Amino acid sequence: MKLSVVVLEGPYTHEASDSAYNLIQAALKKGHEINGVFFYHDGVYNVTKFMEPPQDDRHISRRWMELGEKGIDIVVCIAAGLRRGIVDKIQTSNVRISGLGQLAKMILESDRVIVFGD
Amino acid sequence: MNESSEVRNVMVVVRKAPHGTIYVQEALEVMLIVAAYSMNISVVFLDDGVYALKKGQDTSELGSKPFMSAFRALVDWEIEHVYVDRDALKNRGINENELTEIGEDENTGEPVHPQVLSHKEIYKLMQEQHTILSF
Repeated sequence: MKLSVVVLEGPYTHEASDSAYNLIQAALKKGHEINGVFFYHDGVYNVTKFMEPPQDDRHISRRWMELGEKGIDIVVCIAAGLRRGIVDKIQTSNVRISGLGQLAKMILESDRVIVFGD
Repeated sequence: MNESSEVRNVMVVVRKAPHGTIYVQEALEVMLIVAAYSMNISVVFLDDGVYALKKGQDTSELGSKPFMSAFRALVDWEIEHVYVDRDALKNRGINENELTEIGEDENTGEPVHPQVLSHKEIYKLMQEQHTILSF
């Protein structure tokens, strides 16, 4: 199945980003295709490159960067991002900023869209 | 299974109060975009989300973007299927006549009201959706 994932909450404070990541890993293992990930609301904070968690904690933005490296389209909403000071130059690599139209596109292209939020 | 030619049924679910957090304001932005992509969009107000449709709210002193007026003009954005959970209204002491109109019928000029539905009716609508975006 072709899946898209929407993340609505920021990293560490909330589990949404972890749950989304874990679902993606499990889905890939089962042979599903991940069409894209869309970050919205405080979810846009998940992919800043200045994140530096303690060594024994998971590195959330690196996880998303690595999924992007695999060719999964990782998109940060520009409206939600700009409002919060999330711009291209503070983002990790393999991630792009784009409009809400990308979310609409993911809905059109995917068999399922799964939302992780509060 | 991926039939992108078929028109998608997309439902936006609003569950949170309109002020105090940004969820409803940004949910509105999603509604307007999805509607512009020729999908069958419907919007359901559940739980504290029903407060978003209460008439006569003045947010001028909040300092946030004044977005509430958009709910009074959803029809102009091709968002005509707007539903409200009956129990959520009842539990919060809100009467149906306290809800805002969502626009005017383009032919008759008559005001369009959101439809108040039971859980069962909302559940049925949810089963018909391709995507449910919950805010």
